[in-house]
Amino acid sequence: MFPSETSCWFIRKVIWWRAAASIAWSVLLLPPTTAVFVFLSKFSFLHPIQTISECLSLLMSSCLIFSFILLGGVVTMVGFLNLEYYTVIPTIACSKIALLGQLLHPRQVINSFAHCLMGVIVGWCCAVTAGSRYETLGCPCKSSDGVPQMGLNEYHLVFLLAGAFVGFSHSLLGVIHNINYVSFTAVQQYKYLHFKGSLPLVLKCSAIQAFYSIRNFTVAYFFLGYIPKTWICKTLNLHLDSSVHRLDSITGFVDLSLLYHLWISATFLLFTWYTTLLLFRIFVTEVYSFPVQPTFTEDSRQCLPRVLTDQQPMILKFLALQDLALLSKHSPSRRSEVFSLSQPGGHPHNWNAVSRECLALLADLTQRLVAYHETVATNGRAKSLSSGSERKTSSDTSFSSGTEDLMSPRPTFLTKTPTSVFARSFAGGPHSPLTAPFTPDLDSPFSSPTLRRLTGPVDQCSPWHGSVQSPHIMRRAPKLWSTSAESQVSSSPPRSPASVPSPKQEPTKPSFLAQFLQNRKEQVKNFMAKRVLIMYLFNKLPEASSQALFADSQAHIWALEALSYLVQASFTEDQFGVVQTTLPSILSSMLHLQEAVDRHFKLPHASSKPVRSANSMEDFTYKTLRFALRATLKTAIYRITTTFGSHLNAVQMSAEHRKRLQQFLEFKE
Amino acid sequence: SDCVVRAFAWHPHTDKFAVALLDDSIKIYNPKSAITPTLKHRLQRNVAAVQWKPLCASVLAVACQNCLLVWNVDPCSLSTRPSSGCAQVLSHPGHSPVTSIAWSPSGSLLVSASPLDTSMMVWDVAAESCVPLQRVGGGGVTFLSWSPDGSHILASTPSALFRVWETRMWTCERWPCIKGCCQSGCWSPDGSRLLFTVQGEMVIYALTFSGSPGLVKGPQVAVVVADLSETTFNSPDGDIIVGGEIQSLSWDPRGERLAVLLKGDPGAANRPAIIAVFKTRSNPVFELLPCGFIQGEPGAEPRLLQFHPNFQHGALLTVCWSSGKITHIPFYFLTSGISQVGLSGSLPLPHLQERPADFSNQSLFTELIS
Repeated sequence: MFPSETSCWFIRKVIWWRAAASIAWSVLLLPPTTAVFVFLSKFSFLHPIQTISECLSLLMSSCLIFSFILLGGVVTMVGFLNLEYYTVIPTIACSKIALLGQLLHPRQVINSFAHCLMGVIVGWCCAVTAGSRYETLGCPCKSSDGVPQMGLNEYHLVFLLAGAFVGFSHSLLGVIHNINYVSFTAVQQYKYLHFKGSLPLVLKCSAIQAFYSIRNFTVAYFFLGYIPKTWICKTLNLHLDSSVHRLDSITGFVDLSLLYHLWISATFLLFTWYTTLLLFRIFVTEVYSFPVQPTFTEDSRQCLPRVLTDQQPMILKFLALQDLALLSKHSPSRRSEVFSLSQPGGHPHNWNAVSRECLALLADLTQRLVAYHETVATNGRAKSLSSGSERKTSSDTSFSSGTEDLMSPRPTFLTKTPTSVFARSFAGGPHSPLTAPFTPDLDSPFSSPTLRRLTGPVDQCSPWHGSVQSPHIMRRAPKLWSTSAESQVSSSPPRSPASVPSPKQEPTKPSFLAQFLQNRKEQVKNFMAKRVLIMYLFNKLPEASSQALFADSQAHIWALEALSYLVQASFTEDQFGVVQTTLPSILSSMLHLQEAVDRHFKLPHASSKPVRSANSMEDFTYKTLRFALRATLKTAIYRITTTFGSHLNAVQMSAEHRKRLQQFLEFKE
Repeated sequence: SDCVVRAFAWHPHTDKFAVALLDDSIKIYNPKSAITPTLKHRLQRNVAAVQWKPLCASVLAVACQNCLLVWNVDPCSLSTRPSSGCAQVLSHPGHSPVTSIAWSPSGSLLVSASPLDTSMMVWDVAAESCVPLQRVGGGGVTFLSWSPDGSHILASTPSALFRVWETRMWTCERWPCIKGCCQSGCWSPDGSRLLFTVQGEMVIYALTFSGSPGLVKGPQVAVVVADLSETTFNSPDGDIIVGGEIQSLSWDPRGERLAVLLKGDPGAANRPAIIAVFKTRSNPVFELLPCGFIQGEPGAEPRLLQFHPNFQHGALLTVCWSSGKITHIPFYFLTSGISQVGLSGSLPLPHLQERPADFSNQSLFTELIS
């Protein structure tokens, strides 16, 4: 269940314990939540006293205790799924098709199925708790000829199906809203206060989402309700009671009491799950203090400079960077450890490791932004299909390699003939090329940690790699091509990749092929443009590529903060001048990044703000990370310039950077 | 109020300042440029406070009726009317009217408060996300002040209670007052001492915070450091009664001068609203020595006062008067503690004497500059 990450001491010693603690708290919170639910579902205005006594007796009943055990199991399972599916770097789908791919991914399908099942269990518990007419699936009824037999209690069935529906839609919405994304807040709070502060929001979200889910369920049941009903009747040999009116009719669903009970149950279900999620997020993102210097040599792999350089797991890297940013801000004693020299030898190993890692992060982002900008600059604003592939035709010879294709923007990928699509699908390069439409349209994110989860070698064994996304695409692809044109395109058998015309032929006649491809591409383009559905599916979502580019920018934000605070502190605290040596490179990498960020924000969509709604458990942080990064970067440079002032004139740097820095010194940025 | 100037804010690093006027427009004056940008926005109503973001050249937060506006005023732009697209709107349901705001000195977070909302919002402005910090008791929050070292925030409530938040883990200490609500407060430059005044009392209290922030518990009791009971002074124009309730406090960024705005009695001619200036010293013991008074032109009452955040030659007090005038009052002095001179090193000191009048010459007017 837990892939290669198991080997990491941090996952074993910290994350699992944190997850376990969060699950334990969620289970402990179940009894009060259930009590409130029981009270709400039994409440009647006419007999308030009777309600209370009824509730109390029900809470003591054996049936409810069994429900408790079931609910506890469900919550534990939800907690495990949270642990298994959480990510600190969101997966951002750049087009509708990519989103669809995410939804149909086997990992996600398992998740949805599990949620469905747990929804049924919670639905059953709710039905039992609500009691009376909802309680059992079977009920005695009389058939038309008066013989007593077991009939189907449709109310109970509706509860079970509603539970399944709400669970399923919860899991789908989770993918769309990136609900498994765990963000780190800038405001540190104690866990209890954080939880208390977020609880009203959770309640509101679950009530609202329950309302919409139940509305959708009602519609779905109205049209499709007969399918599960007859199926259940057949398998369990129950009879439909003709004397009671059916629920999948207009009159059936005007039953306000039923709707109220459904809504309350869905709210209860979502509330327990969201609480589990909230607790998980709070526990996992709690600050972990890494020692800067190891006390014993065997602890050296657990100390901050070492941990920072680890690439996997991401949570460890993020927590290390968070700790570094906090220590640089708040803790003079730990800062002095960073500035200290090794004994013996007198090397600033700690500072070197810390600054190297932070600078590497910044350089990585700068490079990514520059590459993105170049791609966009060559392709123009709309990233038009033609311009992208003009570059392609000039480099036909590299078709067979399969690696160069990773450099091409996504539309190019789409406009290729099936030859290349399949050739690449089975090329089995270092990265699965099929992730191409699921990623931003440039090369660099492949090398970025953003998509390591998708493409990285670590997860080769995980289901993300070479996945069922591919059948999905392939199914679509043949349809696309076969109708597109005459010629070999339609004749290529889509189901057998082996029979695809081999790319070997291509280099022999490049000019003809180029011509041919050009024509094909024009045809395909025209054809595709006419299909609204295809355009809808494949069109880029605005600003998604920009979001994806900055998906892991929380790390860069911390790196910037840590560097700038450490440099600021070094002015008074750094006794040996270890920071002095790296100051030029810190300044130049920040100014480089500043340039790249400035250029990026001049692109369309980059500076448009996402719409946010307060009524969702969705974490919007990832959508605004680029703004946060831009602000942090500027503040970081200003922090250094205000601390050092005119002393910075003595720092070696290029004339261009000096000019830029002068602007900062004069507060003109 | 009758004052044309609603709010005033010096930029923390440069010589420009923003002035919010009665018509809810904000003007930005910069001595180095002839352009005076005017900020207007349809949501910019009932402006109660403005503050520049530290470690930034251009960002100005404005507390409005229903929201917070965060303007980005490009210092190099030649436009006199920045479009409303330059403003970010931050709002949260139930959080209105916003009357006080405070940027963290590190420039990363913005705290806003409303007297009608029990929660105080901590905004991550770039991400447009906020964390509500709610504590029951006291009602809303009327006054916010972030300590210069960033470790604490003073948040006073409309009732006889104020809180001091520490900003590491965002927990707070409750400080119940005996008489009234906390009227105003200010922090010493190192963030170790908080001076505050209480409505209905004529004294200045001090709280001392020591040790590294967040680790050591704060003080147990507030001490009275100055008694400003009414005193009669003889002046050529007759007797003047000075003292009484304190409206606001301002401490210069070097911690050497403290300006205290005394309410006076608008009805009585011999009890004008007046600014009393004290010399302060924190080493070896905290001292508060009378330095002089500042009074405006006849009929003009001081409304707002703020020290220039980085005046090279001493301290520069800016006062907004009820007449709509804004005056800058420089205090030229040598810094007593060399360590506090800061990084700029050498201080050119053109004048070594105090400009404001002191007790000896009995003149209660100071030269009005600018």
